[in-house]
Amino acid sequence: MSDANDAGRSRREFLMTGGATLAAGALCVPRGVHAAGSDEIRIGLVGCGGRGRGAVADALKAAPGVRVVALGDAFADRIAETVARLAEFGDKAAVPKERQFTGLDAFEKVIASDVNYVVLATPPGFRPRHLQAAVAAGKNVFTEKPVAVDGPGIRAVLAVHEEAVRKGLAVGAGTQRRHQKGYLETMERIRDGALGELVSARAYWNQGGLWRKDRQPDWTDLEWQMRNWLYFTWLSGDHIVEQHVHNLDAVNWAMGAHPVRAVGMGGRQSRTDPAYGHVYDHFAIDYEYASGAHMMSMCRQIDGCEKRVAEDLVGTKGRAETSSERWSISGPHAWRRREDEGEASPYVQEHVDLIASIRGGKPLAELKDVAESTLTAIMGRMSAYTGVAVTWEEALASDESLVPDRLAFGPMPVPPVARPGTPA
Amino acid sequence: MRMGRLPAVAWTMLAGTAGASAWGAEADFAPYVETVPGSSVRFEMVPVPGGTLDATGRPVAVAPFWMGVHEVTWDEYERYRTGKPKPPPATPEGVDAVTRPTPPYADESFGFGKGRQPVISITHHAAMEYARWLSEQTGRTYRLPTEAEWEHACRAGATETGPPGERAWTAGNADDRPHPVARKKPSALGLHDLLGNVAEWTLDRERDAYTTRYPHPVRGGSYEDEPAEATCAARRLSDRWWSRRDPQHPQSIWWHTNATFVGFRLVRPLGEDRGLEGLRSRVTRESP
Repeated sequence: MSDANDAGRSRREFLMTGGATLAAGALCVPRGVHAAGSDEIRIGLVGCGGRGRGAVADALKAAPGVRVVALGDAFADRIAETVARLAEFGDKAAVPKERQFTGLDAFEKVIASDVNYVVLATPPGFRPRHLQAAVAAGKNVFTEKPVAVDGPGIRAVLAVHEEAVRKGLAVGAGTQRRHQKGYLETMERIRDGALGELVSARAYWNQGGLWRKDRQPDWTDLEWQMRNWLYFTWLSGDHIVEQHVHNLDAVNWAMGAHPVRAVGMGGRQSRTDPAYGHVYDHFAIDYEYASGAHMMSMCRQIDGCEKRVAEDLVGTKGRAETSSERWSISGPHAWRRREDEGEASPYVQEHVDLIASIRGGKPLAELKDVAESTLTAIMGRMSAYTGVAVTWEEALASDESLVPDRLAFGPMPVPPVARPGTPA
Repeated sequence: MRMGRLPAVAWTMLAGTAGASAWGAEADFAPYVETVPGSSVRFEMVPVPGGTLDATGRPVAVAPFWMGVHEVTWDEYERYRTGKPKPPPATPEGVDAVTRPTPPYADESFGFGKGRQPVISITHHAAMEYARWLSEQTGRTYRLPTEAEWEHACRAGATETGPPGERAWTAGNADDRPHPVARKKPSALGLHDLLGNVAEWTLDRERDAYTTRYPHPVRGGSYEDEPAEATCAARRLSDRWWSRRDPQHPQSIWWHTNATFVGFRLVRPLGEDRGLEGLRSRVTRESP
């Protein structure tokens, strides 16, 4: 074997695809068809971190006729790094200086540029106002998950959803499982009755700790928090919202509904240093659906513990296990599937689908689903933080606004770690 | 204690092979047990006599080396992965300090568990840095095998065919998952799972810089391969496909997302080939 492109596939992938590569599939569309035409996709990236760059790279791979035309980030070094790292895409991602915007208002300038596809990849606390601005300006959007960190944010996002639908704008969300064949096929089988009636589910995102950046002498409180956004609830929503939303979304998708009530618990046992802000490092939530079904959810970010990122779905006729790599159904309709079967990366596929929806005149509208899954996570966090049961209506109507109305680089106190119940 | 595992025929191959002059006393070239520093985790190394590999019609001299009897396990790798990073280098020489993996996202064992399971889906760079760490910690030179060493070890230990699935986890018996190491019968040299379980990272002697992420060769079959594909000649090259579910740009230089069928094992040369001395990966986040 000497052909690296083919040789890299696992044997199974090779058999399934006959050696054809993903890239080759994308390139089959004749070049020039979309080049610089009226349906050219002109990306404005808001949030130039690793995921923002990744989303742009995925969009560039997803279809021809896609260009990056504007970049925005709160910090100049992020812009510079992004310019350097996107250089590999040549002209398609060559953003001139005058369309590189820095500062807390960079998103407004990106959206005001000649873009028609805004990629929102900042910390989620900013998302509602970024979504509002993008859709108000008539732009299609790819928004990373989650889409808010609190009830007021979710209400704003649901209003944006209505507005986008009214205006015929496409909104795709970074809940990439919804664009992954294994999940799509599992859900189809569930709809076809492979599990009977769903009676319970379990959702897991148990992993180790993540990155953290040491505070630098010249950083204000706000800059320190933004550069360590995982650890501040107003920015990330806490890890149940930021990360576990994926699994909650998958279960909501399977249930065809959002939960109506949550009773949760959690705490901060391992990651106790103030350098880690004030978020928890573990949650466990009992969610109840209107059907009477329950979802047990757990998520953890503690090193050296058992890990699992997956969902289990239990029905009256069978059970399903789903994850990013493997899907299976047991019972009378047993079935299983692995990811490695020559399919596109779900992170590319979500842009393939979004761009196709724009060009085909049938704009995707994913904001409502991702908003509901985000509120599912928020509801669980609210219950864990307070110790009391939280209903869907209470979470949605909550006045607890975590994101400051006005932001400026300067002092920013860290809230105390939430303590449930009444003080002992 | 494991001496008896090495068949007499292998010992007779020692004389006159490449690199013989560099050996210590012949008696030193024996199986031994290494302890992962800072832990109670142990793994066994067995001698692979030198010889000539003539698999491609172009004979290659292979000097003797020890080889791990099984693929590197998570138990072994975790001590390296979770150790505290060293302070930043104070001297120019310090830039060669061993580096450590970034925290893995989600579950790096992909639901297959850890412990005696083989390390899977880590990059060639990560495997090379682990070997460098182990070398630094033990004072003994550990590295990935060259392709020639790997294939020589595989062929030199080959035995007559036994019952199907006796020696290798493949798509025929693995139930679509990697298994704890050394559960299948070893080769005549005492090496487990060369043919199956996970394919194994090797060094490509045609390339010497190790400055690019891709491609690098893996050898041997895996739990994903059909039994007939799990041979000493089995070879494939890594590519970007193996990280296709990494949503970051640049993608991790430590963790693949879709190479669950790839692991590695280490060798220790008896007398190191000059050309491989000081070998290290030079892949960085900036690498192509």
